[in-house]
Amino acid sequence: MGTVGAKRGFAPWADPNPRPLLRLEAVTKGFGGAAAVDHLSLDVFEGEFFALLGPSGCGKTTLLRLIAGFERPDTGRVILDGVDLAPVPPYRRPVNMMFQSYALFPHLNVEANVAFGLKQERLPRREIGQRVADMLAMLKLENFGRRKPHELSGGQRQRVALARSLVKRPRLLLLDEPLAALDKKLRGETQFELMEIQRRLGLTFVIVTHDQSEAMTLADRIGVMDRGRLMQVAPPAEIYEQPNSRWVADFIGDVNLFEGRLGDDGSSIEGTAAGRLRTAGKVDAEPGAPVWAAVRPEKIAMTRQPPASSGDNCLAATVVDIGYLGDMSLYKVRLAGGAQMKAAIANIGRRPDGEAPAFDEEVWLIWPPEATIVLTR
Amino acid sequence: MKRQREESFWRTLAVRIPYAWLLAFFLVPFLIVLKMSLSQTTIAQPPYTPVLDLAAGWQGIEAFFAALSFDNYVLLGSDPLYLLSYLKSVEIAAFSTLILLVIGYPIAYAIARTPRRWQAVLVVLTVLPFWTSLLIRIYAWMNILERDGPLNQVLVALRIVSEPPVWLATDTATYIGIVYSYLPFMVLPLYATLEKMDETLLEAAADLGCRRWRAFWRVTFPLSASGVLAGTLLCFIPIVGEFVIPDLLGGSQSPMIGQTIWTEFFGNKDWPAASAVAVVLVCLLVTPILVYQHQAMRLARRD
Repeated sequence: MGTVGAKRGFAPWADPNPRPLLRLEAVTKGFGGAAAVDHLSLDVFEGEFFALLGPSGCGKTTLLRLIAGFERPDTGRVILDGVDLAPVPPYRRPVNMMFQSYALFPHLNVEANVAFGLKQERLPRREIGQRVADMLAMLKLENFGRRKPHELSGGQRQRVALARSLVKRPRLLLLDEPLAALDKKLRGETQFELMEIQRRLGLTFVIVTHDQSEAMTLADRIGVMDRGRLMQVAPPAEIYEQPNSRWVADFIGDVNLFEGRLGDDGSSIEGTAAGRLRTAGKVDAEPGAPVWAAVRPEKIAMTRQPPASSGDNCLAATVVDIGYLGDMSLYKVRLAGGAQMKAAIANIGRRPDGEAPAFDEEVWLIWPPEATIVLTR
Repeated sequence: MKRQREESFWRTLAVRIPYAWLLAFFLVPFLIVLKMSLSQTTIAQPPYTPVLDLAAGWQGIEAFFAALSFDNYVLLGSDPLYLLSYLKSVEIAAFSTLILLVIGYPIAYAIARTPRRWQAVLVVLTVLPFWTSLLIRIYAWMNILERDGPLNQVLVALRIVSEPPVWLATDTATYIGIVYSYLPFMVLPLYATLEKMDETLLEAAADLGCRRWRAFWRVTFPLSASGVLAGTLLCFIPIVGEFVIPDLLGGSQSPMIGQTIWTEFFGNKDWPAASAVAVVLVCLLVTPILVYQHQAMRLARRD
């Protein structure tokens, strides 16, 4: 289960004896009585691209600042390479951070900004010059070395901030919403570049973001956070296909949720607003226990004719609303019992039975049992 | 169309008012003083010649310009009293500005790092002394610095000194008075730049391996350069011409230039010589202002 959805066969977390690079042990941090981070434990592995995803105010930035050393945990431990970081001040941690505001030094030019961290290590001047030049070349900033931050575009400033945090070759790079200030197109391009850089340098990245498509694209694993706690930690595909709770299922992507009871056969859910729904596989609950069925809109097929009887879930419905998004259309339909559902239909071409269903049309919704996710909490 | 013309009329007027102000209240008086400095002293009303007599026609104007001379400037060069006085003023201004910077910077920094709701209170406290006249505050210092004044009483009571030292009529007293009086002029511009500074920059410096003290010198101080420059100029220039404080607290053996001008005007009734001293002073002070302009432009381009 641990390797489901893992990219590039990289899944050190599935190892029975994991040796994490970063380990958080029951870390708690409160501000004025409210816990921003609440007994949170997490392992991050060498070479991993880890994304902390959550709504604003969920504590993800605080968690990053705890790792960087700008905040001290009230309780719990932050361990890097087996060393407790509690007594280590920020300026001695082998960790670098890319700030959301970039925090470039306005009085220094690009070269001096990137060289700042290396000068603190009192490296020979020639080595500093070489490493700065290499880093600027890697981020295609060679021609901007003499410019001051205010003479750069937003995208260039973002690269300088990245260069400055990478040039010290940190054991762990923390990125606080690194792409939030870029426009959508540039953000998409930069995402792939960031993955490329991370793989090329073999560094470990922990990124904080509120953008789920960004987390899905970038990360080996995502930690979904809410109110200071990690709700689920898993690879993107597992988070999406096997959410562990209603909260995660609802937070990541779009979902239809129905409350019901687990049927006696253990593979159906009775008494939902959509009637009896079939599911596949074993559910870890007693028959009769309250459970929730979650169905992703894009798993649902829509037809005008009633399908031939099969093992699939099949519901009659009326179209009440259509959102045309170009690549797909999002249908809002009303079931016989009055409950509403969403179905996403890909616009891959003309449908065999003519034009797509229109408003007020009677349709059938069909999805296989394995597309019904059963959630017990 | 008409509205546009009207608008541009008001805009031009708004731009010209400050120029008119400077023309009327700076340039014209300066030209009068400049003319006076080229005149000769005499016992008359006004106490200098020549006086332009337009009734005498063209010949009168010619005679007027023929009578102007640089004698007073030659006098400034020949009598070391003036040179010493200038040097004394620049010395006192430079040292007290340095002391002000050393005292004012930590105060401004502390105010800028105080929780925001307390900052306004602290700024008001900084300018609170202005609510009392400068003269009264300097008289208060005369009282404090007296031989049997509170300062000496405390020093003797704490056994820091056995004999009460003499404060009044010394340079030390002048420094105390100047630093006390000008502190707000140093603190306020420094506070204004430090308060704007993004604290994330210090976190970034720490993150890149910079200790606090180094981060101060490599990040905070360079970023407050415009405030340091403004505070320095705001203190240095008026201190050079300071008259009241050295006159009331300082000694008489080597006067500052403000005192020299005063003596020439009111003691010797030599208006032309006093004017020449003043003109040279203005020229001296224009130099740092030009330097400031240059630096401020550079900093503005950076920000």
